Amino acid sequence: MKIVTCIKQTFDTEAKIVVGGDGQISDEGVNMILNPYDEYAVEEAIKTKEKDGGEVVVVTVGGDKAQEALRYSLAMGADRAVLINDPALEKADSHAVSVALAKLLSDKEAGYDVIFAGKEAVDDGAAQVPSRLAAKLDLALANVVVAVELADGKATVTREIDGGTEELEMALPALISAQKGLNEVRYPSLPGIMKAKRKPLDVVSLADLGLSAEDVASKVEMVSAELPPARKAGQKLTGEVDEVVAKLVELLKNEAKVI
Amino acid sequence: MSIVVCAEQRDGKLSKVTFEALSEGKRLAAASGETLKALVIGSGVAACADELKKYGADEIAVADNEALAAYTTETYAAVLAAYIAQESPALVLMGHSTVGRELAARAAGIADCGLVSDCVAIESADGDYLFKHPVYAGKAIGTFKISGATRLATLRPNVFAIEESDGAGAVVDFAPEIPAAKVTVKAVNKVSGDRPELTEADIICSGGRGLGGPEGFKLIEDLADSLGAAVGSSRAAVDAGWREHAAQVGQTGKVVSPNLYIASGISGAIQHLAGMGTSKYIVGINKDGEANIFNVADYGIEGDLNKIIPALVEKLKEA
Ligand SMILES: Cc1cc2nc3c(=O)[nH]c(=O)nc-3n(C[C@H](O)[C@H](O)[C@H](O)COP(=O)(O)OP(=O)(O)OC[C@H]3O[C@@H](n4cnc5c(N)ncnc54)[C@H](O)[C@@H]3O)c2cc1C
Ligand SMILES: Nc1ncnc2c1ncn2[C@@H]1O[C@H](COP(=O)(O)O)[C@@H](O)[C@H]1O
Repeated sequence: MKIVTCIKQTFDTEAKIVVGGDGQISDEGVNMILNPYDEYAVEEAIKTKEKDGGEVVVVTVGGDKAQEALRYSLAMGADRAVLINDPALEKADSHAVSVALAKLLSDKEAGYDVIFAGKEAVDDGAAQVPSRLAAKLDLALANVVVAVELADGKATVTREIDGGTEELEMALPALISAQKGLNEVRYPSLPGIMKAKRKPLDVVSLADLGLSAEDVASKVEMVSAELPPARKAGQKLTGEVDEVVAKLVELLKNEAKVI
Repeated sequence: MSIVVCAEQRDGKLSKVTFEALSEGKRLAAASGETLKALVIGSGVAACADELKKYGADEIAVADNEALAAYTTETYAAVLAAYIAQESPALVLMGHSTVGRELAARAAGIADCGLVSDCVAIESADGDYLFKHPVYAGKAIGTFKISGATRLATLRPNVFAIEESDGAGAVVDFAPEIPAAKVTVKAVNKVSGDRPELTEADIICSGGRGLGGPEGFKLIEDLADSLGAAVGSSRAAVDAGWREHAAQVGQTGKVVSPNLYIASGISGAIQHLAGMGTSKYIVGINKDGEANIFNVADYGIEGDLNKIIPALVEKLKEA
């Protein structure tokens, strides 16, 4: 089995967001992590390899710093990593990322059986790359997946839909995006971290992939960012339980008018 | 040029966010002078077209085919992409539901269009559009522009106002070629029962670790049922196995924006606030007066939820 996992490095979920003078979000001093959903994707890839054999390749489109997220995945147990790094990709949108990944995966890294991804990156909250990539590679696709079984060249998955779940079956190769609950994510062990330092990490440019800057021109541009209006603490209702509850119902009815 | 709304239906029932998208499409079309078109995809969905007429689309296209009886991203995205190729619309809108988001993204991947997901506002400006979309789980709001002839956007449920309007135009057939699906739908399991869908609910009652155990959710369910509300959960309660993950609200759960969000036994961690911070009204019930939930709650009650919730349910029954 050749198992590919698409990962992204994102801001720590605790990070405080600062908008700079240029109206863009500043990453200065921000702790970076492996996108939480991608942890499930990497874990599933490693589990699959432990069961069926093969190799796990983690891939990302990002800058130099994104190597940390790749090394973290290698420390968890992935075998190899590929970083697509190019100045023309600095402001890559979901379209640009999927074009670059599609080229890598249909060319240098062709021959995969399954691709895992996260269902969404917690920074852009786009939930686009897996579906776009599946379109570009013309692959069977299952998003928001909470259970996977791979056997006999087939994937059987359970995925969340609004108001329930769905069971899907598809022939491999397929692209599967992970939802929380898919598995229990392991922490890298100390020997894992040591080994990861020597595992192969290839850095490729657009030219290496045979792509031009136009091929990956972004279609979506963030013009500016602003902090949302801060929510203010409202009123504390005090008194005996009966009084407080009566006050709340009165306020919800007559002031907020929401019930 | 036109504005297209891709309707979302399951078993012939249109989602609420579809009406929100149509209403927003109508407002944008009125401002920009574009025509408004709706596309509904499925099998035996003629009745959906009738219902869509209430929102004043100039034309309603129906892609009705037995091969579209079960939803798969692949087949539905092929239909939507074919419609985009035929119409070359300025703008395509749909709901940011679990299905809408992937359908929009796969169609955008086929048609090579820009897509802004999970929009909370759209402005038309000099023949172009500006899209507002929360990033970093709502810790910032980005304003985005899309280049290219066709722009796609998915809309956050419960944000855009529903407005009916008359003057709907003709219903037309749309019959593109449909690829053979590589995915087979084996089963669809509904779990939500009688309560409303979390992301579409007007009122949500959520519980956290402060409930003390799975049985604590009985209190939350009683409260929810007395308000016709959906039930949500913090991650701590999900991780403890007290509630299914589908109920989790927050950065790694669902993002919701109901009119009223009642958080009981939830401390108000930044990752939880990310999922419900845009609720119109927030009520916090917590025994710790210093809990962070009180920094965002419009109405806060400091005390034991085991006493407060039953009293609240009684009071609501009276009223
Ligand atoms: C990457 C990442 C992603 C995350 N994503 C999410 C997410 O999507 N959603 C989410 O919710 N969290 C998320 N978290 C977790 C988050 O940081 C908090 O740990 C979690 O929200 C805490 O849940 P809680 O408020 O139920 O529990 P606690 O923080 O333990 O709070 C329990 C509260 O109940 C109160 N209480 C106890 N007993 C009573 C009583 N009898 N009556 C009244 N009040 C009582 C306590 O005073 C306390 O304030 C994430 C964390 C990380 C690191
Ligand atoms: N720059 C990237 N490089 C590789 N994979 C990515 C990248 N961005 C997003 N992905 C994958 O796509 C998923 C969804 O991301 P997004 O579409 O940005 O919400 C992530 O969880 C990753 O698996």
